Parts: sequence; structure tokens; C-alpha cells
Amino acid sequence: MTERRDFLRQLAAGTSLLALAGCDRLTRSQQATDVLELGETFTRLAQDALLGDGLAKEFPESAISADFRANGTTAPDSQAYLDHAAAAFSDWRLEIGGLVAHPLKLALAELRAAPSRTQVTRHDCVEGWSGIAKWRGARLGPLIARAEPHPSARYLVFYCADTLELTLDGSGDYYETIALKDAFHPQTILAYDMNDRPLPVAHGAPIRLRLERKLGYKMAKYVMRIEAVESFADIGRGRGGYWEDRGYDWHAGI
Amino acid sequence: MIEADQPKHRLIYRHPLFVRLAHWLNALCLLALLTSGLQILNAHPAFYWGEASRFAHPFLSVGSTIGRDGAPHGQLQIGSMRFDTTGWLGAWTDGDGNTVERAFPASVTLPRGRDLGAGRHWHFLFAWILVANGALYILTAIATGRVARVLLPAAGELRTIGRSVRDHLLLRSHSGANAGEYNILQKLSYLAVIFGLLPLMAVTGLTMSPSVDAAAPFLTPLFGGRQSARSIHFLCATAIGAFFVVHIVMGLVTQPLNLLRAIVTGWFRVDADRTEHEGIRHD
Repeated sequence: MTERRDFLRQLAAGTSLLALAGCDRLTRSQQATDVLELGETFTRLAQDALLGDGLAKEFPESAISADFRANGTTAPDSQAYLDHAAAAFSDWRLEIGGLVAHPLKLALAELRAAPSRTQVTRHDCVEGWSGIAKWRGARLGPLIARAEPHPSARYLVFYCADTLELTLDGSGDYYETIALKDAFHPQTILAYDMNDRPLPVAHGAPIRLRLERKLGYKMAKYVMRIEAVESFADIGRGRGGYWEDRGYDWHAGI
Repeated sequence: MIEADQPKHRLIYRHPLFVRLAHWLNALCLLALLTSGLQILNAHPAFYWGEASRFAHPFLSVGSTIGRDGAPHGQLQIGSMRFDTTGWLGAWTDGDGNTVERAFPASVTLPRGRDLGAGRHWHFLFAWILVANGALYILTAIATGRVARVLLPAAGELRTIGRSVRDHLLLRSHSGANAGEYNILQKLSYLAVIFGLLPLMAVTGLTMSPSVDAAAPFLTPLFGGRQSARSIHFLCATAIGAFFVVHIVMGLVTQPLNLLRAIVTGWFRVDADRTEHEGIRHD
């Protein structure tokens, strides 16, 4: 009899362990979120330690998707952006500043004249779909090197022209951050052409970041300004990006 | 006189501790992974073959359409077939009576509300635990000889498949069950899940990572591209879900308390006149 009682007691313990009914409440508590994010922290450490600096796979042009999806904002509606778009971005300047010795203001023509790279790569959205496109753009590494980042600079912040969520404090504006070292990966470019044509507005005109080996939400569209910073804790809600502030992982490697 | 004192049953020690721990941790992980997986799928419930998505041509998708009555109807698409799944998939009613147009209902997703970021947190945390648990289990099971002793079919045992299938369909346990041995279908399905489906889930999961793909470019071609890997990941998860259901139903309809006791405490009750086993304990 004791056996049966022991067994039923253990069974009850096992069942309560399995009851995931409380999971929603867990997800909303900060401590629980920290525990949940352990998985992704571990992923980041493992990927940083094991994966190295290889190139993302590049495809033949025959693999280019006919239906590459435009996600997130597809038409920024601020007057400043609309004016730039109407003028084919002729007055637009990309600002590179923050912790750099030589802040830059670059016209689209200057970006097009800068060291470039062309690559046919696969874009993987966090939602699960993929698309393949040919991108041509200015390599970010040489541009950042020209600006000479201060030794304390650790991240680059990309401020974008689009607002995904209307808020009073501007926290709904799209932005992203990447590790400074990722700017120097050969495939990291500021793309101004997509499939041999100027980048369409839906895909981020005049330039979008291509950060191959990461998920799509890292590849900011409508980039207006790049800032070198030591920490992104004071930017937005402090998690390093529009979507990161809303619960996505900063590393975005899986 | 003496016979009356003989116990009718005795207990054999069927599952060592490492098997029981691995079993329940695995069950917990799979439950979290399947439900958080459906949460993640809700972001794009469509499947393709190849490297990239051809959005107009998924081989499998869940969506919703507005019917003639002006109300949303859930729709499951498999190839050229369409099924109305209103109430189950694509369009369903939440606890407050509102119609929600979302692929998988809140009752089967983790968390319940739409939250891709949180679904991914749950998924990757439990994926790591599953992989660690699975690796420990497989190493221990091979090192202790348990795989060879308990899971690998004996010579000639494959011939009993026909009888075993019939036993399963009639929902009855086979004769050897009383001796605490697995039948051939159990052995084959456990082997397929442990050494086939679960490792395949882990590898196809990794293949979906653009960072892993850059470091290990041989991975995606193995499966025919990233979208194929994602589809295989889902189909394997479906197979594991089906295994879950059959596993639980077979337990419930044969000897639920005895089987549950065995996988919780290790001790399984068999008829007393069966052949001797190690670790016998009398009632």
C-alpha cells in the first residue's frame, strides 16, 4: 500500500511539474523573462565561440526570388522622408557620428563611389520565411574606418526614417544596433541596389543595412544616421533595437 | 497450504533512475517545444520546399478567408486541397467569444497570447535542455548496454511485427508485456524517436539559423534548402506529436497505473509465475 501511496504522490508531483498553465503569468514577470532568455544567451555564447567569421552562403542569380517580401514599414510617411523620396534622395545625406574622430555626411553618390560589394544572399525573417535577392552596396567597414571610431566605441546604432508604432516619446521609431566588429565583416554593406535596380522604397530606400548571418529585423531599412556608441542602454528602451525593445533577441543569429 | 501463501504478483525493476529522469524531462521539454513551436508558427503558418519561400505556392498552409456570410473561415491547405477548419485552425473563438484570425488557437500555444519573441525564448531554452538531456540519455543508454539489451530488436523479432500491429489495433498488450519487455513496435518506435526524429529536429532547427548556415554551409543542402529544413522540422514535430498521442493512449488502455508506476518509481508489477528477473521485489 505504501508503494501505491508513494507512487500517487510522485505522480502528482510529476503532473504539477508538467502543468504549464502558469506559463503565461511567468512570461509576464521580469525575473521569469530573464530565466527564459538564458536559452538565447547560451545560444549567443555558443555561436560567438564556435561559429567564426565565415561568409554567408551566396547564390547564383538564378536563385533570386521573384517574390521577395517587403516586411515591417513599406512606406515611411514622415514629410522629411517623403520630400527626400520625391527628390530621388539627391539632398539626402547619411550621417556617421557619435564616438568617431571624423564625423561624415555622405551623399548617395558618394556612397555609390565608395568601396562596394555585390552579393546574392538569402534573407531569413524571424517569422520563418526566406527570400533571395542580389544586393549591391557600400561596404560598411571602410566607411567606419574612415570615420575612425574611438577605442571606447563598441556598437553602431542605426537610426531609421520609419515609425512602426506611434508614440509620444518617439520610442516607436525604428532603430537597430550591431556590434562594431560586425561592421567589418566583408558582407556587411549599406545596400543601395536590389536586384540591379535602385533599392525600392518598400525595401528601405535609399539604403538598408545588410548584415548577413543575422535575422531580417537586424537589417535596418531607411537608414538616416549611424552613431558609434559605447552602450545602447540609454537608447530606446535599452535593449538595442525596435524589436529587441519588444522582446526579440539582440543577437538574432537563430 | 503453501500455495495459498505464494504471492500472485511480484515487482521487477524495469526503468533505472536515469531513464525515468530523462523520460520526464524529455516530456516536459517536448510539451514546451511543441506549444512554443506553434506560437512561432503563428507568425508565418506556411511551408515550402527549397531554399526560399515562394509565397504563392506553399505545400501546406493555414489561413483564413472571408466566407459568403461575411465571417472569417479557417482554412487548411494541403497541396491543391482546401479544408474548412473554422473553430480549430485559422479562425477560432477565444474565451471571450471573439473570433480570432490566427493559425493555431491560444489553447495550444505557449504563451497563449500572440507573442513571437516570448515563444522563441521558451523554444530556445527548452531546446537546449532537450539536447543536453537527450545527449546524456543516449550516452548513458549506450554505455550501460541498455540500448542493445532493451531497445534493439532480437534476431527474428521483426517477424512478430504483424502480430504486434494487430495487438496495437485491438488496443491490447502483448504477452511479453507481462515480463516487462517491449514489443517490436515499441522498440522500433522508441528507436525511431530517440535516434531518428529527435536528432533530426535538432539538426533541422540549427539549419534554420543564418549564423549556423554561414559557419556550416553543408547543412542546408542536406535537407534541400532552408525552407525545406523548416518544413522537415515541422513534419518531424507533427510525427512526435502523433507519437505522444499513441504513447499515452496505449498506456491508458493497457495497464495505466502499472505503467505509470514503472516510469515514475521504476517498479513494474508482473505475474508471479513469469521467468525470474533481476531486482525482484515481492508485494
